[in-house]
This record gives sequence, structure tokens and C-alpha cells, in this order.
Amino acid sequence: MFTDELGQGGNAPDGPDNSANHHRGTGESLVQLITPGGERVSHPQYDTWVRDVSDEQLASLYEDLVVIRRIDTEATALQRQGELGLWPPLLGQEASQIGSARALRDDDFVFSSYRESGVAYCRGVDLPNIVKVWRGNASAGWDPYTVNLATPQIIIGAHTLHATGYAMGIQNDGADSVAITYFGDGATSEGDVNEAMVFAASFQSPVVFFCQNNHWAISEPVRLQSHIRIADRAAGFGIPSIRVDGNDVLAVMAATREALERARHGGGPTFIEAVTYRMGPHTTADDPTRYRDANELEDWAAKDPIARVKGLLDRKGLLTDELEARVAAKADAVARELRAGCVNMPDPKPLDIFKHVYSTPNSWLDRQEDHYSRYLASFGDPAGAPSEEGARS
Amino acid sequence: MTQMTFARAINSGLRKSLENDPKVILMGEDIGTLGGVFRVTDGLQKDFGKHRVVDTPLAESAIIGTAVGLAYRGYRPVVEIQFDGFIYPAFDQIVSQVAKIHYRTQGAVKMPITVRVPFGGGIGSPEHHSESPEAYFTHTSGLRVVTASNPQDAHTMIQQAIALDDPVLFFEPKRRYHDKGEVDESIDPATAFPMENARVVTEGKDVTLVAYGPLVKTAKDAALAAADEGVSVEVIDLRSLAPVDFATLETSVRKTGRLVITHEAGQSGGLGAEVAASITERCFYHLESAPVRITGFDIPYPYSKLEMHHLPGLDRILDGVDRALGRPNSLSGLEG
Repeated sequence: MFTDELGQGGNAPDGPDNSANHHRGTGESLVQLITPGGERVSHPQYDTWVRDVSDEQLASLYEDLVVIRRIDTEATALQRQGELGLWPPLLGQEASQIGSARALRDDDFVFSSYRESGVAYCRGVDLPNIVKVWRGNASAGWDPYTVNLATPQIIIGAHTLHATGYAMGIQNDGADSVAITYFGDGATSEGDVNEAMVFAASFQSPVVFFCQNNHWAISEPVRLQSHIRIADRAAGFGIPSIRVDGNDVLAVMAATREALERARHGGGPTFIEAVTYRMGPHTTADDPTRYRDANELEDWAAKDPIARVKGLLDRKGLLTDELEARVAAKADAVARELRAGCVNMPDPKPLDIFKHVYSTPNSWLDRQEDHYSRYLASFGDPAGAPSEEGARS
Repeated sequence: MTQMTFARAINSGLRKSLENDPKVILMGEDIGTLGGVFRVTDGLQKDFGKHRVVDTPLAESAIIGTAVGLAYRGYRPVVEIQFDGFIYPAFDQIVSQVAKIHYRTQGAVKMPITVRVPFGGGIGSPEHHSESPEAYFTHTSGLRVVTASNPQDAHTMIQQAIALDDPVLFFEPKRRYHDKGEVDESIDPATAFPMENARVVTEGKDVTLVAYGPLVKTAKDAALAAADEGVSVEVIDLRSLAPVDFATLETSVRKTGRLVITHEAGQSGGLGAEVAASITERCFYHLESAPVRITGFDIPYPYSKLEMHHLPGLDRILDGVDRALGRPNSLSGLEG
């Protein structure tokens, strides 16, 4: 029988350690280095991992956070204006994505889901390519090998196995790079994620499982996915885990660096649960007012990932007018570039649908392409051929 | 030329692929120390090491999913699914990932994965050990699906499948694993008879009989029996199930005017339907009668005491040949 508790909303937003009420595992408490109020708090284990982060780098992380939020806002606007078919907002998850992605080396390889646009930005994906898939111009926005980032995965959790296999390849090659995979709390219920952890543990592969617990899998609360803290599941696989404040960019960076170093030096996989919150809808087609409480949103707004870095910069006397102006100008420029690249993106050509199904000639498909090209050629204007209304009437 | 079993011929082909390409890596359940439940990978882990011949945990989706990751990394994984009926947990990874990643990435990422699947019945096993799931995969764009019917083809085709940059489902007729045949191991797979081509294995002029995998032997035996009755049957071993080599089939049907297709898999939506439809489209005015399908029934694979009723045997195939020829047969007098 399902209990009432399971059927209700997300975890009570009563502080950063908000899942404590439902905690039945043995994991450590939430790692936090910057409080929601912008105070830098020390942590005996994790301070050391971000000791080298200079004032300048802190300002740079702040810029990243602001810019990626701007990209997200611009993409949502583009969808509302009919330029994108759909968009999965990352609002609220900026620190989880920037903090982790900025910890990576260029030769590390990322397997992400569809919401990690912040990670794509950090990996150096050209801005319009971040929205290319959502405009319907291609099934992938970029060549994975140019940025060491696989094309975002839509099947929930499927790519965690790809990361694990890639990590097995790294082991065979004797390299010290790492595969990292991003997924959500909902994905932890998928068989593939659990199988990935079995394989990663058995082979001690250099892979980092980075779970953004944003509390909602479309309309389903995290407690429906897991009766214990998600990070505590890792122990059952023999994988060390870290439960980190996912709205704290420094804490996320520290946790990710620790996991990466472990993997680089033969220590095997690590599971990171970044506790964050999806402030927006699942996608632009979703309506979260149907399933979650406005109070919950308000509580999480008070833990905003950008506000706390801004607060910290202010406390340190680094939040100058010059910095604010520089960051705002960068965000504006990025938004302009994204929009221009999106609306001016050339449409794909009809026969492109046949390309790359196989890397070698295929007699079945070649015949279909030949017949369809003849069909298209039978129209004066090939562009009119595939409309629902037809061109004959 | 060496006399060897079907299973040994694959083993020898795998060995060559491992020797020739350091990126080839074998993965599966029990394939290492044990050498596979059918011993197809016998001795390979001992000779190539645990990093080239990997015993995996028991999770089919993970076996395929990690193979995808290895392919991303530039490896050429050869995966064994222990039995046909165990492939379904991996279905999503095969259909949504292996088959689509080359398309998704616009050719940037290749998926040179070979999935070896012992398939078919006739070995007296319990449920899930005798299935013929090939049509699920021939229906999936992005995959190539092949099967061998004899040791020489098995030896050559496994190497061709591994060398191909596209993913291949390689179905092995498990009831033929112990059949022996002459194998020339010196044949260069790169210049050998192409994997995607069908082969005429018995020439004839009255009826074209299309078979693949385990039923090629049965079809050849049926052709011999038919010859005793004065009927000349041309047997074609399909070999490649996706794509089907329709050119070879067309040439034969234009000559014979009659077509019989046989497979162990159930009839509805099966490969026989695709062959019948496509040949009808392409050779309608050469056909003297409707194509005939002699297949397994549309039932879950039955308990072994009755499996020979389900599997097309020599007499049932000949009954189909009679139907194609308009000779007296079990359905004489029935319309449609």
C-alpha cells in the first residue's frame, strides 16, 4: 500500500537539509560552503577542494551563473514566441551545473540529460547549437567529440550506462580522464541507472554519477522515487556518495573535484546527490501549478543559487559596479547571440532525413530515398509537397 | 580447409578479429572462464585477457549500454546475449541508442557494435531459450541484421560484422552449433562474398524457396526430396535479414515465378511478410501464384514436446512448395 506520505508533494522545504524528516539512511548531512544568506561557512572536509578558488574565479562563477540563467530565460522566451518547439528550463539548477562542469578537465567526457544546458555552455557548445534540437533542426546540436559532451539523452537514465562504458574504455586505455553523467531524481528509479552503478562498482570504473535532485520528475515528487535519501542508495552498490547543497556553486565544485580525483587515481565511481530545486516547469509544455504548492517555490526562491554568490561577493567587497556592469553586458551579449543564431538558423533540407541512418550504403533505404526524391521532384515547389493540406487541391 | 563445428567456426572468427584489431572487445555473461554456455568464446579470455574478453554482471541492458559507451570511446564491442529470450531487457538500449546514435549525431559517433544472439528452437529447452526475435530488429532502422547457416559463413560473417562501422545483430542458429563443415580460415573477410548478399545454395527452376539461419539446412533437404518428385526447387539463403538482398531474390523469382518463404518466427509481421510484399511489388507480373509463407505459428514458443509442430519441418515446407505449384496439398479446396 502507498502511504499518504508517498503521495504528497516534494520534501518539506524547511532548510537545506530538507529531506531530514524522511531520512532513513546513514549518509552524511548536506555539504554547504555558502549559506543562502551569502556567508562563507567552513567545512572540515571540503574547504580544501576549493581553497584555490580566487576572488577572480568566484566572480567568474558568478558570471557563469548569471549568463546561464539568461540563456535559459531567453530560450523560454524563444519558445513562447514560436521559435522553439519546446524548452526544458534549468531555472534554479544553475549552481549544480556550473559548479560541477567547471570542475571538469577538457579530456573528461560528459553524458548528460536534456536539462544540462549549463553544462553544455561550460563545455563550449556554440550558443545557437544549445537550442538547435529544440527548434527541430536536428537531433543533435553538436559533434560530441569537439566538446567531449555526448548529445543530451532523452531516455531517462539510459546514458548513465554509456558513461560507465566510456569509463571502462578509459580504464582499458590506461588514461586518467573521467566520465561524468548527469541525471535527475526520477532517473534513480530506472533500471539502467541501477545497472550502471552495479557495473561501475564491479569494474571500479572512473565515472561520476551526478544526480541533480530537483525534487520533481514532471509531477512526481522525489519521495515517490526513493524512500530514503537518494545519496544513501549508493552505499548499497559499494559506491561512496556525497550529498551536497546543489544551490551552492562552491560546495558543488568541491564535491565534484573530490569525486573526479578519486576516479583519476583508481578509486572508482562516486555518487553525488546535488540537492536543488526545479523552479520552473518540467518543460515549456508543463504546468506545475497543477501539482505543487506555491509556498514550496517561495521557500526555494530564498535559497537561490545566484543570490548567495552575489551575497558572498558583496561581503567580500567584490561586488563592484564594474563587475555588475561587466556581467550584465556579457549576459546581454550572450542572449543576443543566442537569439540571432536561433532565428537565422537555416532549415534542414527534405532529403536530410535519410542521412546518417547508416554509415555505409543500405539498399533498402537508398531505394526509399530515390523514390522520395522522385516524388518531391514531381512538385514544382518541393517545399509544398509534404504539407498536410497537400498541393493538389 | 579445416573441418570444424559451427560454434568453433565463430570462435575462430572472433579470435581473428581480436588479433587483428586491438579495439575489439568481447562482453557478455559467462563468456570468460566458462567460454560461454555454448562454448563459442572458449579459450579467448585465457589468450586475450580479462580486459578484452569481459565477464559482465547479469544485466542485459547494461551489457549493451556499456558497449555504447565503449563505442563512444572508439572501441568495437562484440556482445553476447546468452539466449534469444534474454535480449528484451536490452531492447531499449538497442532500439533507442545503438540503432539511433549515428543518426542522432549526424554521423559524428559510430556504433560498430556486434550483438551475437543464439536464436531459434529445436533443442528441447524451456521457455525463453528458443525464440526467433529477428523481426523486432529488422523493423528497427539503423541496425543491420544477419544470420549464418553454415560454419564457413559463420566464420566469415562474424568478422565482417565486427569490421562494419554500423551496428549488427548477428543471429546464430543454436541448433546448428554442433554441425560440422569445411572452413577456409584464410579467406579475407574484406574481399569475401559480401555479408549483405543472399546466396543461391541450391539451383532450381520451378520454385524459389527462401530460408535463413537454422532452416537453410531443412530447405536444402526439402529441395533434394522435391527433386525426387521431379520438382526443381531453388533455395536461397537470405543471410542478411536487414537489408534483404532483393536483387538476388528478384532474379530467382523472375525465373521460377513462384515463391515460398520459411522461418521459425511467427507469421504476422514477420520477415516472410516483408519478403512476400516486396517481391510482389517488384515482380508482380512474373509471379504465377501467390507467395507462400511456411512459418512458426503466432504463439509463444511452445513446450518442447510439441516444438516440432511449431517449427517448419521438411514435410511442411514441401506442402508449401506444392501450394505454390498448385499441386495437391493440405489446403487443397480451401479458398484464401
